[in-house]
Amino acid sequence: MQYLFTGMAMALIGGFLAYVFRMQLGFPNQHVPGFGLVTPGKYNALVTMHGSIMIFWVAMPILIAAFGNFLIPLMIGADDMAFPRINRLSYQIFLLSALVLLASFLVKGGAFGGAWTSYPPLSAKGAYNLTPIGASLWLVAVALEFVAFLLGGINFTVTTMNSRAPGMKMYDIPMVIWMIVLASIIFMASAGPLIAGAVMLLFDQTMATGFYDPNRGGDPLLWEHLFWFFGHPEVYVVLLPAMGIVAEILAVFARKKLFGYKTMLYTAWATGVLSFVVWAHHQFVAGIDPRMANIFSVTTLLISIPIAEMVFLYIATLYGGSIRLKTPMLWALAFIAEFLIGGVTGIFLGASGTDIYLHDTYFVIAHFHYTFVPIAIISVFAGITFWYPKMFGRMLNDTLGKIHFWGTVIAFNVIFIPLFITGAAGDQRRVYSYSQFQEQMVPALRHLRTTSTVALLVMLSFQVFFLINFFWSLRHGERAVANPWKSTTLEWTVPSPPPHGNFAELPTVYRGAYEYGLPGRDTDYWPQDAPN
Amino acid sequence: MSTAAAKPIANTRSATGIPSAKLITWWVIASEIVIFGGLLVIYIMHRLGHPEWGAEAAHTNTLAGALNTFVLLTSSLCAVLAHKAADAHDGPRAAKLLRFTALGGLIFLCIKGFEWTTDIHEGFVLSSGGFWSYYYTIAGLHGLHVLAGMIIMLIVAADAAKNQELQRVECIGLYWHFVDIVWIFLFPLLYIAR
Amino acid sequence: MLQRYLTGASTYAHSIDHLFLLIAVLVGFWLIVAECVLFWLIFKFREKDGVPTQHITGDEKHLVKWITIPHFLVIICDIVILVPAIMVWYNIKQFVPPIDQTVRVFGQQWAWSFQQPGPDGILDTADDIRTVGELHVTVNTTYRFELMSRDVIHSFAVPSFRLKQDALPGRTITGWFRPNRVGTYDIQCTQMCGVGHGLMAGRVIVETQQDHAAWMIRESNPATAGQQTAPVAPPDGSSSATVAEVRR
Repeated sequence: MQYLFTGMAMALIGGFLAYVFRMQLGFPNQHVPGFGLVTPGKYNALVTMHGSIMIFWVAMPILIAAFGNFLIPLMIGADDMAFPRINRLSYQIFLLSALVLLASFLVKGGAFGGAWTSYPPLSAKGAYNLTPIGASLWLVAVALEFVAFLLGGINFTVTTMNSRAPGMKMYDIPMVIWMIVLASIIFMASAGPLIAGAVMLLFDQTMATGFYDPNRGGDPLLWEHLFWFFGHPEVYVVLLPAMGIVAEILAVFARKKLFGYKTMLYTAWATGVLSFVVWAHHQFVAGIDPRMANIFSVTTLLISIPIAEMVFLYIATLYGGSIRLKTPMLWALAFIAEFLIGGVTGIFLGASGTDIYLHDTYFVIAHFHYTFVPIAIISVFAGITFWYPKMFGRMLNDTLGKIHFWGTVIAFNVIFIPLFITGAAGDQRRVYSYSQFQEQMVPALRHLRTTSTVALLVMLSFQVFFLINFFWSLRHGERAVANPWKSTTLEWTVPSPPPHGNFAELPTVYRGAYEYGLPGRDTDYWPQDAPN
Repeated sequence: MSTAAAKPIANTRSATGIPSAKLITWWVIASEIVIFGGLLVIYIMHRLGHPEWGAEAAHTNTLAGALNTFVLLTSSLCAVLAHKAADAHDGPRAAKLLRFTALGGLIFLCIKGFEWTTDIHEGFVLSSGGFWSYYYTIAGLHGLHVLAGMIIMLIVAADAAKNQELQRVECIGLYWHFVDIVWIFLFPLLYIAR
Repeated sequence: MLQRYLTGASTYAHSIDHLFLLIAVLVGFWLIVAECVLFWLIFKFREKDGVPTQHITGDEKHLVKWITIPHFLVIICDIVILVPAIMVWYNIKQFVPPIDQTVRVFGQQWAWSFQQPGPDGILDTADDIRTVGELHVTVNTTYRFELMSRDVIHSFAVPSFRLKQDALPGRTITGWFRPNRVGTYDIQCTQMCGVGHGLMAGRVIVETQQDHAAWMIRESNPATAGQQTAPVAPPDGSSSATVAEVRR
């Protein structure tokens, strides 16, 4: 819960930052209501913090920590996590990291402005980035966040492995739990070298070392490799739990077994493993040996295969179902529809030849928003609207939910489709104003930028419906029964909200998590803990 | 979301057969392997690309390093004996041996303190660049892990002396062996290799 | 397809554009198929009274083949994309054609500067021409560029040429280009390099032999050197801010 609310609060901040810089891009050099004039330095800080906040302080805490902490004990039949005090510690460290990051807005020089990728020498020397205190605070905040999730991962993994109810075998574990565990393992395996690299960058910033300074025998490219060795697996760290949430909802609202549960699991593992050998596709033109680029282009296109497989399996789950289009299902289906676009546009970037042109343009931004928004926003709304009754004991208003859904999803597309075009037309990233570039100032491109900004304003406005629905329903929503969606998994066998200790009597599990639509039974679902 | 005063049942089950405490220890060790592994790989790559660092590395105090290796190995032996005692349910003996292990850690840190003071007096500091930046970073990180290990060890020892939480003796022992193994890699790379 | 958005002005621009089109066709096909199947299934299997769901486990061979076959087709598409992609990459980043001229490009906070051979045609001699913000080149001439950074990581991008290469301090990175259309094209810095990142504009002026020769004579004459050829005032009327003005 604490993770959920902290994540939601950070999302509001991240969304506000996006509002400000898009206002600058859509209506250049004009006073932004609620902020003021966006100078180039402020612009850099805005985009840096927007990216950092959304990935580290919104996507990860909500998808992994909030849902993990809430769902794992309930779905495996336990009363709590295996190590509750370590759990509490990991939240406290996480909260500290958020506070350190927010503090960086207030220090002299302001928040760090070197992009979320923080490449040295820009990030290593205050003279270059003009935000020296912010730069170090940013680094410390990220490091603390890493520690929080390393600690949290302990609980998610160990609890799932060890604290399952009797009878729950490996293949009876619901998909979302597997995905959270897998995400924790991938995170743990990829974060190490970057933690080492971050210590080195912190020393460069504060202790006059020269790890990344070519004048002192260091190498900026080293940071890039360390960062992306972590950075690429990281996107799967957030993708897999998001896909897990969507899987749960698809099964419940199509009233169908997941198509190929084991295949899904194996392809998820395969994706996780492959994610460690694709990182340099972020560095094709970075000055690496050009021969390396070909290898990484091959591995990058290869990784599209298990992911495509998973998406096909999700779509196949709908076949033969009886689909109810309640709000959670709308979000889950939107995830698939939008993520498909994100996935295919990645091919343009993974192919080294086209990446020469598209690298660091708005095409990249549009691509990763078509993956990240499904991950961090669409699947999160899917999960919240789905588990809200269990969390809070009340039903959300479905009409408000649908209004929120359509407004958000349609506006989202109107924000980012134009950006594919402006990127293909040469808009480079992290540029606060295109007024210096004749080729970018043609009216068509200016109109596209403004359209994108207006669509963002629309999308942000529609979030009001969600906030109203969320907070009003806490007190006034229809009271929720234990299993309003008629799902088979264990969390729906306890009252809404669950009492202290979750289960009055710890359950025994007899079957897998997706027994829907069995012929010859009087209900179309067969709960995991029902003896017959 | 639980403020249970009693331990949750989740804590005491084990569907895999491996105690949760052991799993958590291996997780911590795994994450540390990635961190130290990353650092060491980076260092080795740089060292291979900078043969001139060999001249700098000659100034490390190999005797101190060797002494520290001996100290750590001995303390690991104490940790093993502590585990044996814990298995035999002899809490007070396990606690005593754990305290000896921690003492080994303290001696390690003292020798290192002396060694570094001399190095700094000779003018080799973190910002001396190249070899020394890596040396202090890697050895310093290792030293922090020794210190953290000592503190946790003393806490475990305090419980063990009362015959409580004896399963933790093995776990902290495992961690200590890991810290030892990292040093076994560090010593040749930082002190011996020219 | 990219030509619609920004016309290419170098010889390898069209190869990247063709590759882009190939990818667009292949992934576009799969995107449309997948979205159509998705929406068709949502429509066909929406909740209907009295129609129960089918119990499908995912082991049914006749259904699994609908996944396995597309799966293999996707792999084939990947290969069909990879081969030309690697060829395009090789041609631009690994292969070096016969070079007519060499230019040096320097990135620094926050401007591009250039060093070119003067009338003697040799780099690093007394008559070298040094410019800031403008690079004058001749059409249909193959240039090697030597790219350097004086401080942080920058990235030298000429979108019309489909040229992009990061500039790293401590290294000289080489590449090549051959402009094939006369005109003036933007240079953008495309790696975050600090407060002035968006102000690091430059221009590549591709001109005929005669115009280029005339320019060289002007540049070699101290009285007329340094005059900017292309207008700097941007079309939207806002003044081009100096770095000092925009610092916080």
